[in-house]
Amino acid sequence: MRPKKWRGTVLFAGVLATMALTVGMRWYAEPASTATSAVGGTSSTGAADADATTSTPTGASAAPSASSTPTPTTKASATKAPAATTKTVNGATEQTPYGPIQVAVTFSGTRIVKVAELQAPSGGRSDEINSQAAPLLAREVLASQSARIDTVSGATYTSEGYTQSVQSAIDNR
Amino acid sequence: MKAVVEVMGTVVSIDVRTPDVDAAAIETAFETLREADRRFSLYREDSEVSRVVRGEVHADGFSPDLREVLDIGARFERASGGVFSLHPKGPLDTNGVVKGWAVDRAGRVLQASGAADFCINAGGDVLARGSADEGSSEPSGWNVGVRSPWHPERMLAVLGVRDAAVATSGGYERGDHIVNGVSGLAASALASATVVADDLTTADVLATAVFAWGPEGVDWAASAYRCSVLAVLPDGELLTAGRLPLATGS
Repeated sequence: MRPKKWRGTVLFAGVLATMALTVGMRWYAEPASTATSAVGGTSSTGAADADATTSTPTGASAAPSASSTPTPTTKASATKAPAATTKTVNGATEQTPYGPIQVAVTFSGTRIVKVAELQAPSGGRSDEINSQAAPLLAREVLASQSARIDTVSGATYTSEGYTQSVQSAIDNR
Repeated sequence: MKAVVEVMGTVVSIDVRTPDVDAAAIETAFETLREADRRFSLYREDSEVSRVVRGEVHADGFSPDLREVLDIGARFERASGGVFSLHPKGPLDTNGVVKGWAVDRAGRVLQASGAADFCINAGGDVLARGSADEGSSEPSGWNVGVRSPWHPERMLAVLGVRDAAVATSGGYERGDHIVNGVSGLAASALASATVVADDLTTADVLATAVFAWGPEGVDWAASAYRCSVLAVLPDGELLTAGRLPLATGS
């Protein structure tokens, strides 16, 4: 696949404040009931990438830079019109070796993180968990970007690709 | 103690944090990978798999290692409805299984030598065991950055794992080399797919399968296996399934 131009993306912006999170529920064999909640808690905008401080093998550190902290703007809407259409997907409950799993949670507005949450087979609080899981997860993903890095996972590189990788910087430090 | 070698067409880094582990143990682990390469590489005319492809060896003459790898491949092929395949373009190609499988074996070599805390990174696929801390009273796991498909130096997320494996499939390093075994087409629905599982055999195969399958594969993997998935759509949207072990930011 040719690398596409990164659209600045997986942003959650102020658009989020107006975003409705709709969770389709088909738990306990009830007819699908829908819980809708406004999600205004995420005030920061974040690119899905966090800058590492170096991309060179001789760099001092592979830790992500704090300076890449997402700027709280609405630049998401610059590239993607925040059409406030609500995309709703009813979660289908499937029987699996690990118990029933509900695939659910969809967003409207800007693009974030879509969650297919694995429910505990005995989970009685699935509605509460599901209605909060996605925005919480989105925040957690962004927060994780500032964590220390011991090693890097990515598509398999060649020897040449390795020399350009953060992993080579880690191996040389 | 760290060591890096080129093997299996990529670069493999081993980082052992357990004190006083013999350097020979790391060398033995690397030798395990070289042995797998000698047996399974299609770039070696004299490898067992090359001989199988040329029709010089038949099923009753397969080595136990080859049988084991083929069994694993067949199991995942059935489970994925054929999306994952060891014959994506016709002839046998065991690459989809061998790397993870060989690294798991190398990890057992290290453990047998007394290394409890180590990380093997095989070209971007990671097997982490124990702790990344050297002598810390509060040992933490290994923090594995998942790189952006578009920027090698940027991380989509950082995962904190102990005794787990993290594998990523994508087309951004070596082009459209992953084929959906059902459609016969090169995978293009995702920019990358990362799977966290207990062992690298499972994580590696599932990452390949999810990448070949597309968004539906994300849900499939997390429902059919004990794993979690982080996938990226071509426009940058993230999809996750299962409980992703996200590291806590500093």
